[in-house]
Amino acid sequence: MSSCTIPIANTRSVTGIRTAKLATWWIIGSEIVIFGGLLVSYLLLRLHNLDWAHDAAHTNTWAGAFNTFVLLTSSYFVVLAHQAAEERNGAQAYRYLWYTIGGGLVFMLVKAYEYGTKIHHGITLSSGVFWSFYYTATGLHGCHVLAGMIIMAFVAHAAKKGENLHRVECIGIYWHFVDVVWIFLFPLLYIAK
Amino acid sequence: MSDSHPTSQAHPHPNYFKIWGTLVILLIVSVLGPLIGIPLLTLMTAFGIAVVKALMVAAYFMHLNVEKKIIWYILLICLTLMFLFFFVIAPDIMNHEGTNWHSIGSAVKNSDVVHH
Amino acid sequence: MSESHSAHYNEGLIKKYLFSTDHKIIGMQYLFTGIFMGLTGAFMVYVFRMQLAFPGIHVPGFGLVSQAAYNALVTNHGAIMIFWFAMPVLIAAFGNFLIPLMIGCDDMVFPRINRLSYQIFFLSVIVLFASFLVPGGGFGGAWTAYPPLSAKAEYNLTPMGAPLWLIAVALEFVAFLLGGINFITTLMNARAKGMKMYDVPMVIWMIVIASLLFMASVGPLIAGAIMLLFDQFIGTSFYDAAKGGDPMLWQHLFWFFGHPEVYVVLLPPLGMAVEVITTFSRKKLFGYKTFLHSVYITGILSFVVWAHHQFVAGIDPRMANLFAITTLIISVPIAEICFLVMATLYGGSISFTTPMLFALGFIIEFIIGGVTGIFLGASGTDIFFHDTYFVVAHFHYTFVPIAVIGFFIGIYYWFPKMFGRMMDERLGKIHFWGTIIPFNLIFIPLFFLGMYGEHRRIYNYQHFPELNTPGLYFLRELATVSTVVMLAFQTVFFYNFVRSLWKGKKAERNPWKANTLEWVAPSPPPHGNFEKMPEVYRGPYEYGVPGRSTDFWPQNEPN
Ligand code: HEM
Ligand SMILES: [Cu+2]
Repeated sequence: MSSCTIPIANTRSVTGIRTAKLATWWIIGSEIVIFGGLLVSYLLLRLHNLDWAHDAAHTNTWAGAFNTFVLLTSSYFVVLAHQAAEERNGAQAYRYLWYTIGGGLVFMLVKAYEYGTKIHHGITLSSGVFWSFYYTATGLHGCHVLAGMIIMAFVAHAAKKGENLHRVECIGIYWHFVDVVWIFLFPLLYIAK
Repeated sequence: MSDSHPTSQAHPHPNYFKIWGTLVILLIVSVLGPLIGIPLLTLMTAFGIAVVKALMVAAYFMHLNVEKKIIWYILLICLTLMFLFFFVIAPDIMNHEGTNWHSIGSAVKNSDVVHH
Repeated sequence: MSESHSAHYNEGLIKKYLFSTDHKIIGMQYLFTGIFMGLTGAFMVYVFRMQLAFPGIHVPGFGLVSQAAYNALVTNHGAIMIFWFAMPVLIAAFGNFLIPLMIGCDDMVFPRINRLSYQIFFLSVIVLFASFLVPGGGFGGAWTAYPPLSAKAEYNLTPMGAPLWLIAVALEFVAFLLGGINFITTLMNARAKGMKMYDVPMVIWMIVIASLLFMASVGPLIAGAIMLLFDQFIGTSFYDAAKGGDPMLWQHLFWFFGHPEVYVVLLPPLGMAVEVITTFSRKKLFGYKTFLHSVYITGILSFVVWAHHQFVAGIDPRMANLFAITTLIISVPIAEICFLVMATLYGGSISFTTPMLFALGFIIEFIIGGVTGIFLGASGTDIFFHDTYFVVAHFHYTFVPIAVIGFFIGIYYWFPKMFGRMMDERLGKIHFWGTIIPFNLIFIPLFFLGMYGEHRRIYNYQHFPELNTPGLYFLRELATVSTVVMLAFQTVFFYNFVRSLWKGKKAERNPWKANTLEWVAPSPPPHGNFEKMPEVYRGPYEYGVPGRSTDFWPQNEPN
């Protein structure tokens, strides 16, 4: 292993669920309440201020839909990576992980395009509470995409050498979660008008 | 060392391509739904489908369908808390007067919302 | 899989003490940082209590207290004591030290995430101190940071202090999320062979349940903190009613976390008290499962009482009724827990060692805190009591037992394990009485001041004729003098602590003749903890079992 000795604690598995995966699920639990708090706040104020619909009319549905497609597809790749990892095919997992990272990159580029055109039209974070929520929610989500891509690059690097293949599943679960968040952000911000 | 682990029991993998295809079709429906222009239908296609999609991703991609039940409980508890949070504070945030009271703090609100 | 240690843990000094991944060292880092922060918070309370009792005084060691300084001191005193003293010491320090030892493994499951957790925590400390030094000074909008005061620099006059304070709090949350997930997975997955769910020592349950409550409640506040930061920095209007936001939203986000948080800090010292009380009354914990289930119920209910902090904030009155009821209901499982502790004591052969005194003090003082909570939880009486010193006295009767007394329970009890030496009993007892008596003399006057209508968050009561009477000033002075006395008595503790580190009697493995697994390891345990990983055959509280030659029965002894 690396310079850090793996403790015996990490090799035990009383629940029958591998520790790394268990922790991934806990992280997702804690993320649910973070995104949950933000989206509940948005929903409450949105339902109270029905005139925000005027603002919402300016979001780019097609960009949002395309990004949903991109994330769904990248989720598909990462589950294939997991399958490959389970078959102990590190090289294959490596390839699929990089397809996923590519998906993330496309997603971020589309996001950048969206932000760019919005800002160009003078719509910024402080142009009204709807837009504050729009930027905050998509921004927080974008940070998660970015973090996922970076971690995935490390996991892919190790997977290629056949190391730590169990981590492919963990990063996959995380990536799917980020996908699920987007599945809800999409109708909340882009369709409800 | 990883061999000493009770590795996640190798379960048969479903046909992921089919699932991906279904998800994309659902996505198309949710985008086209609003074009019909019936608000209730839009709500259903938009949010109903979001829930279905999320459940599909959770069940098949995240393998919750074969995972130990406890994981479901963890996630459901977190979600339940968020529903609780919504419904308990909704009376405050979404309603600003009642039979014997009105909220002074938000009195200004409805009259001078800034438009863009 | 054979579980023996072949690896050698040889590291340099710097690596060992600053960048260690050993749970015990990380626990110590949290402990000493937490103690340092606790002293900082204590210094603050000394300064503003002096100002309250003797307005306009040049406080020795500080000087004249300006209004802005007063606000910043009160705000940061509260925030520090909860986020940078109670949580790091009770949860992170004792959690890190005890969990692997008491469940019989060599470390946390993710040692490096554990280290990262401390590093982020340390960063939060630095950011917090930076917030005092920036132009405009430290944040003074109360630890609850309600907008619009906290959101707009025009109001709070701390354009840099407020956002830095908020960032520090957010970093602290991240540190505890990482640490908490580590604790939870460790308990779930890394228990010793044979340790079933109901064999887990209560203190471990409590620390892990506290981590769970924290994890489930803090999310919305993290989101809320991001929104508040944007309101401060970028000029968004999430909490600005005039522009379509809602200041009440913050209060809900804050207290949805804030109330579970009081149980987050309550549970660990409660668990410590249980360990100490069973050990020193040589009796089995009365109703282990009932205890645990009462705690579960408390934990669940703690998520549905939060709006009792907002009774007079203009919430929907129908909701106020509901929350008054849930708040009264939550006292039931809490009372149940207290009864179980008393039943454990009943008929035991009690020895009043220092940790035992602190544990008993904890229970008794906490009951006073809980009982006064009922007056506040009834939405009618709270209209009068809200934002008076009655509230301040109430939550100090809960928090001081928790944070201060709880910390001493843990230290006096586990010091032999942590440092391999015994602390001095006589000094310990002097310290106990020197803490507990002044503590009551501080806060009983505050109850009365609150009942006379003394509003909290006021800098100088001379400006309020009806609060500027000699009688009230006598009570204020009594509270302040007692504060100084209580603080002075802490020197006895620190003297005892430092002296025992070098000169204390050498501790054996199991000086208290207790059952739990940490006492199987050497004192202090080496990196890796056990020579041979223990196995567990029974629950943690088998004391005084008839027919055995000794009155205790360690968990790892095969009959
Ligand atoms: C049965 C137990 C309890 C009940 C019924 C109760 C009730 C209440 C109520 C109703 C308030 C709001 C008073 C007001 O602002 O007007 C309050 C404030 C407070 N309580 Fe408790 N409480 C209980 C236990 C605790 C515990 C265990 C803690 C701490 C560990 C705690 C800490 C606090 C704090 C910090 C505040 C004041 C917060 C602030 O405004 O700055 N309480 N309590
Ligand atoms: Cu409360």
